[in-house]
Amino acid sequence: MSLLLFGILAVIALITAALMVTARNLVHAVLMMVANFGTVAIMYITLSAPFVAVVQVAVYAGAIMVLFLFVVMLLGEQQLSFDEPFAGQRMAAGVLGLLLAIMLLVTLFTASPAVLQTGLTAEQIGRENAQRVGELLYTQYLLPFEATSILLLIAMVGAVVLAKRRLL
Amino acid sequence: MITFPSDLNLGPIAPALVVVVTGILVMLADLFLFRAEDRHNTVWVALGGLIVAFLVTLGLWGQVSGGPITAIGGLAILDRFALFLDLILILVTAIVMLLSAEYLVEQNIEHAEFYTLILFSVSGMMLMGASADLMTLWVSFETFSIALYVLAAYARPKVESEEAGLKYFFLGAFSAGFFLYGIAMTYGATGTTRLMGIAQFIQANAATISANNMLYVGLGLILVGLGFKVALVPFHQWTPDVYEGAPTAVTAFMATATKAAGFAALLRVLFLAFPQLSGAWSTILALLAVLTMIGGNVIALSQRNIKRMLAYSSIAHAGYILIAIVAGGAQAVSAAMFYILAYALMTLGAFAVVIALNRGGAEVVNFEDYAGLIQRRPGLTHALAVFMFALTGFPPLAGFVGKWYIFDLAVRNGWAWLAVVGTLASVISAGYYLYIVVLMYMRPAPDNAPDLGGAQGTAGLAVALTLIGTVLLGIFASPIFNLAQSALLAAR
Amino acid sequence: MDLGLLVEWIIKSVVIMGVLLTGFAYETWLERKVVSKMQFRIGPNRAGPFGLLLPLADGIKLIFKEELTPAMADKWVFRIAPIMSMVVALITFAVIPVGPSINLFGRVIPLRLADVNIGLMYVLAVSSLGIYGIVLGGWSSNNKYALLGGMRSAAQLISYELALGLSLMGVVMLTGSLSLVDIVNAQAGNFWNWNIFLQPLGFILYGICGLAETNRAPFDLPEAEQELTAGYHTEYSGMKFALFFMAEYINMVNVSAIASTMFLGGWRAPFGFIPEWTGPIWFFIKVITFLFIYIWLRATVPRLRYDQLMNFGWKVLLPLAIANVIVTAITMALRQVYAPNAVVTVTFGSLLLMIAAVFLWRSWTSRSMRRRPPLHGTSAEGAARTA
Repeated sequence: MSLLLFGILAVIALITAALMVTARNLVHAVLMMVANFGTVAIMYITLSAPFVAVVQVAVYAGAIMVLFLFVVMLLGEQQLSFDEPFAGQRMAAGVLGLLLAIMLLVTLFTASPAVLQTGLTAEQIGRENAQRVGELLYTQYLLPFEATSILLLIAMVGAVVLAKRRLL
Repeated sequence: MITFPSDLNLGPIAPALVVVVTGILVMLADLFLFRAEDRHNTVWVALGGLIVAFLVTLGLWGQVSGGPITAIGGLAILDRFALFLDLILILVTAIVMLLSAEYLVEQNIEHAEFYTLILFSVSGMMLMGASADLMTLWVSFETFSIALYVLAAYARPKVESEEAGLKYFFLGAFSAGFFLYGIAMTYGATGTTRLMGIAQFIQANAATISANNMLYVGLGLILVGLGFKVALVPFHQWTPDVYEGAPTAVTAFMATATKAAGFAALLRVLFLAFPQLSGAWSTILALLAVLTMIGGNVIALSQRNIKRMLAYSSIAHAGYILIAIVAGGAQAVSAAMFYILAYALMTLGAFAVVIALNRGGAEVVNFEDYAGLIQRRPGLTHALAVFMFALTGFPPLAGFVGKWYIFDLAVRNGWAWLAVVGTLASVISAGYYLYIVVLMYMRPAPDNAPDLGGAQGTAGLAVALTLIGTVLLGIFASPIFNLAQSALLAAR
Repeated sequence: MDLGLLVEWIIKSVVIMGVLLTGFAYETWLERKVVSKMQFRIGPNRAGPFGLLLPLADGIKLIFKEELTPAMADKWVFRIAPIMSMVVALITFAVIPVGPSINLFGRVIPLRLADVNIGLMYVLAVSSLGIYGIVLGGWSSNNKYALLGGMRSAAQLISYELALGLSLMGVVMLTGSLSLVDIVNAQAGNFWNWNIFLQPLGFILYGICGLAETNRAPFDLPEAEQELTAGYHTEYSGMKFALFFMAEYINMVNVSAIASTMFLGGWRAPFGFIPEWTGPIWFFIKVITFLFIYIWLRATVPRLRYDQLMNFGWKVLLPLAIANVIVTAITMALRQVYAPNAVVTVTFGSLLLMIAAVFLWRSWTSRSMRRRPPLHGTSAEGAARTA
């Protein structure tokens, strides 16, 4: 049952990802990206991680929306051409991507069995998914979590610096 | 009820905290303290904060004589390695601030946010040096990167600057993806993100570790991510365009501070988490070092813009530092850190001269402008010549001693061929470093040469400081090297 | 898998959709009636008693109407957009409890479709997807007005989503759970246990942001008639238009239902002694009350200008929502340390915030009044220029 579900989701995710890369119309590409991330979110639910799933949807829904606005405002109705700025670019990208894919696949299939069997315990899954994530953030990953506030402050200052026409 | 980590010792992050608070104070001072015409005084607030950070770092230096102290649940580490990096970063930042003070006014882009962003960026780099966990490393990596993306585009609406910011952002985001993917793989393979935990896992599973492909792939991807930041050769494409387009003060900062932080992270990850796999990574890094040294130096030969030339030179120097990491052994960390310090001083000096030559907003970056410079600005010409000789590696300047330590280390640890390649690369580098010197002293100035008169204030001070540093570091190398060495063993 | 459970889920889903769709139809009737009364008109009175059959007539009309697709539209996206809006509106209701568990044919049936432990996050995530329908509809129509409406909508929804999410966080912190069932259970007993008394500011902020999120007056800029003909759905007709229309009204129900659940005790009766099985009735009453307020506001308040909307969202609502979270956190921490009467502290903090809110609002309105651009032809400046 869950294997079947995974199979269906995986196929959808692959198809949408492929369509996203090959779409000529950028808005369609963006839509395919939404579909892809939605599929991945459902996969997270099947992995007993509903919190990650909804965060995936909530964060990317907003983020991709901004991307969408970018596309509409910067490019409008422009269709992407198949011209390559550098000759053989697409070919090289394809070959290198294929190599990376093969490497990752080999890695996954030859990973030591001990690694693959590290599943979640019933206690880890628990009822309060969000609570456990929160606890981890405040204990085991306290410093990076707090440092993120500086990161966000930089992003804010940076956005104002770059976007405001004239600073005072 | 949540139990916080019991070792909430703020020591490891104290210098970074001081710098962050200074950054916020600069913004507030700009808003409330100064009147509009006094805004340029914010640079002194920033420098004051750096002095405090310097004192804090010195205070901590005495405390950690006994070895590294992990803190905050093993997320951060306090050792002299981190503190030495902090000292380098504080020095670099202070000089960059001196450089920018007048430069920004001339370019008409002076805002307090510039200093704030530089300070925030430095705090990220400091935290990176103090990381004992891949997640801390990752967040600090992003912290300084994002500030740098903005700084690269700071001269907006100048097209070159915008291009630099966008290029840096896209390629930086791409490399960050590799880095994060590597962290995920490593976590998947070992079940921990703590650097020492990874080392312990490898130790405990030494028998089966060679079959753990995921770990190797993770390490490889982390190396790619950090390789982008320090501009090793296959990952260097962004460097010349970004260095050329960004405001020169930012370029000086990127070329020195980023490189220092990137190599510090590389040292941390490789020597703290993956020491047992050195057989695997040293071969790869040796290859990268060769590519980087040869590639950077050869392409630099054909440059006719001093910022692009210095960009390729910075790539080449990354290759020399890589030799120290490859060679390994007890002195690898100290040799690398010493070279980073020397490199930072020389490169900052070169950029300082470029900035000091600035005239009324137009930058003097083309080689033609340097012809016959001796007749117009003799002081700066001599200074630039010294920096060029130091970068080439002439004794008794800082560059020579740094290279000597590294090549010596390589020969003693069985990487003699790498040292030979490094020496050959240095010979190639003379081709472009000395070309500038020849231009300045031996070619006549073109008839329509622009007038380069005018006093230089803080930029001149920066030139003087870096000049003194470059010479002193060359002459009195061994005490500083010993200081570094006694301190830096802890990181192994 | 338990077959009975599957059947139960299917039945519940069908019931929820049925109720929402019928509810939508009678919501439009209610709106027309109420607005008419407020404007001293009679409103629908032809089809059936009190015009009660009007929604049916409307439905038949919309189904049989010709559907137009603009020639240069992106047909694929044009079709998807209204469906997306509608689906998002419908699935939000899945986690909202409308009553306690009841015993039916020897089977304990909880009156909700699902109790996921991240219920509230689910609601926020799904509602953030709602933008896509509107923006894609606006973009794919290949019409300037529609595109502008869509863009405005995107900016508005993204801006107000932040304050909306934060306004609910106070309740989540007090309850210690994201599950809507837990939140309702935490408000058991008499009505003074409801969260509205602990989080008055949160309630008001949520109400305002909820209005904005559903594109209702006075935040209906994406479809401002005077400026944008009809905004994002200018080119839509027939059933596709009806889907947008339905999504808007169902979203109103959703926002009302969440407000009831979060702040007014959900399906809980105002007094503890009232039996629990009356839950759905109380829930219905609460939702209807909110809907009435919606309609009332539409009949009363004029539409905001775009710059006012953005200023209000970012400079008033967001800071207040953050302040609300911080004050709640501080009072909760104080309560843990000093353990005074919890209700008093939290309420006190919230009241303080309300006063701050009023001041902020006053200062903001007075400033934005001063900044208002002169109207054409009526200002002294205009007269001076002609002279």
